[in-house]
Amino acid sequence: MSGTDNFEAVVKERRTEAVAEFHEDKTLIKRFQHALHSAPSLVPLIVLMVSILLFAGLVGTRFFSAATLTLILQQVQLVGIVAAAQTLVIMTAGIDLSVGAIAVLSSVVMGQFAFRYGIPVPLAVLCGLGVGTALGTINGWLVAVMKLPPFIVTLGTWQIILATNFLYSANETIRAQDIEDRAPLLQFFASTFKIGADENGRGGATFTFGVIFMILLIAVLSYALRSTAWGRHVYAVGDDPDAAQLSGVNVRGTLISVYALSGLICAFAGWALIGRIGSVSPTSGAELNIQSITAVVIGGISLFGGRGSIWGALFGALIVGVFSLGLRLLGVDPQWTFFFIGLLIIVAVAVDQWIRKVAA
Amino acid sequence: MKKLLAGSALAVIAMSGAAAAQEGTSACLITKTETNPFFVKMREGAEAKAAELGITLNAYAGREDGDHESQVQAIETCIANGASGILIAASDTAAIVDSVQAARDAGLLVIALDTPLNPIDAADATFATDNFQAGLLIGQWAAATLGDATADAKIAFLDLDVSQPTVDVLRDQGFMQGFGIDTKDAAVIGDEDDPRIVGHDVTQGNEEGGRRAMENLLATNPDINVVYTINEPSAAGAYQALQAIGRESDVLIVSVDGGCPGVQNVQDGVIGATSQQYPLQMAALGVEAIAQFAADGTLPEPTEGKDFYDTGVALVTGAPVDGVESISVEEGLELCWG
Repeated sequence: MSGTDNFEAVVKERRTEAVAEFHEDKTLIKRFQHALHSAPSLVPLIVLMVSILLFAGLVGTRFFSAATLTLILQQVQLVGIVAAAQTLVIMTAGIDLSVGAIAVLSSVVMGQFAFRYGIPVPLAVLCGLGVGTALGTINGWLVAVMKLPPFIVTLGTWQIILATNFLYSANETIRAQDIEDRAPLLQFFASTFKIGADENGRGGATFTFGVIFMILLIAVLSYALRSTAWGRHVYAVGDDPDAAQLSGVNVRGTLISVYALSGLICAFAGWALIGRIGSVSPTSGAELNIQSITAVVIGGISLFGGRGSIWGALFGALIVGVFSLGLRLLGVDPQWTFFFIGLLIIVAVAVDQWIRKVAA
Repeated sequence: MKKLLAGSALAVIAMSGAAAAQEGTSACLITKTETNPFFVKMREGAEAKAAELGITLNAYAGREDGDHESQVQAIETCIANGASGILIAASDTAAIVDSVQAARDAGLLVIALDTPLNPIDAADATFATDNFQAGLLIGQWAAATLGDATADAKIAFLDLDVSQPTVDVLRDQGFMQGFGIDTKDAAVIGDEDDPRIVGHDVTQGNEEGGRRAMENLLATNPDINVVYTINEPSAAGAYQALQAIGRESDVLIVSVDGGCPGVQNVQDGVIGATSQQYPLQMAALGVEAIAQFAADGTLPEPTEGKDFYDTGVALVTGAPVDGVESISVEEGLELCWG
């Protein structure tokens, strides 16, 4: 009896044989993998730097100048802003196909309210921002309360919003010259300031308010995601909604707030769109949804939710911008741009999978 | 141009005489989308003419540009309805051919509007803008406006799409011929080696694409002084890019389309000249041709020397030049669409 029931002694005695344990290989690659795991926007940042240096070498100063590099910022501002919205949604393991449509409809509402109904311009802008937020909230309600898959919900609302956009606007463009005369506030995001331009105002670094808005927006969202309760809830919901629910996170409220905020950001993108093209055009921005998802994926944000940094989305958008302009300056057929972007997407997802294998 | 419009008018009179008041005749109009002002105008033209001739018009459209399936369904509906003829602005000019053949086999007259089918003789007739001519006119105008500076012009080409659709090639190469550039193979954009060409970029035919393409080409060569654009929205975008670097007043922009915002941009000096096309005319002539066909089986004849019926194109500019026929901005505004 004493031989078989001697459990206490076994516990008290120090076990002599070795237990199975994780052996961490501290090779350079493993360390690198770990670094990437803890700072997910590092990969796109490295790729961005390498591609800038690559094109600087291939094209020379026509590419590597303050004017051209800030031009890339201007060209990606819309995708960058929308990608910030897309990132929030993708963090929750969702996807938003309606972002471009919301942006365009919001810009049309701002323009038509001001021109068709003669509403004061600041109020028309507020109405446009309100429409964007409302549309986002509808997406969020369908996803969080009706429990419909985000892909399906936004596939539907994308079509509905785009159709509404064309029906409401009758596909009529409001010309840039008319907006300049009567509603310059609509072109607010086109205002620029220059650093290092010559006396004719040419060359040098040019920053539009749209670009500055994009960078500020991402900085604010980055802080919110990292350092506020709401931000941590967004990550938690994306990582595992059931676990988040059990830990006391209001999953439903968080989801709706994410989609609503995404809609608001898209409405700002619509405002920036007016600044960018000067006019209010219902046919613009049709590909923003795909472009923003591309930026997010290249930016190393996991489509499965719960992981990634919003700066990655900006870097992703910039990588696409650098490739587009760099290849154009080399005089290459524009098809090659799409070829390389496709390649980048696949590489980005492959790298994401590799990083995921890290034992955290 | 005026001659051509007058010719069309004569044809109209000749046709409408025979086609007066036909009870029970019906025609179909199938366009690419209901949202593009170009097709809205086309539909207005067809409806007005159908009402005048006392025939029934049923209009169908795809949901978006490139929506082929809806157009096939529309053709099937028209055959089932016993229509006398179909006017179609095809989204997919090659894929639609089988359905068109089925309609012709069923005894319907099929007229392609705006865009020729591929092959062009898959339809009984084609009523369209001569897009090569449209490009030629703005090319000639740009060359005449520059005068001696033509020899060292720096030209940017803002095209439609990387897939080089027919309309893209015709306008682009037409401009080159008008400007005096050797086009090499006139069926391909980009095989030219004239040093005056700074480059080609694509715009998707909208403002955002126009601005981006212009920025890209300006980064390649900031001395661009002539800009060819596929249509007026892309021209408006290009103007924004030029304005951003303070060069909007010393660059010549030319375009094609003749939509009302575009013609207003000619008035405001944004666009130097644009070639205007006439969707209303296309559709009205098409309805007449169907009425004629229903009355006595006459098939519409193509314009002499071309394999389609040319519905006319006119150069709209506030600064006419010798040797290139043009109409004034005021006339352009009266005739514009959208």
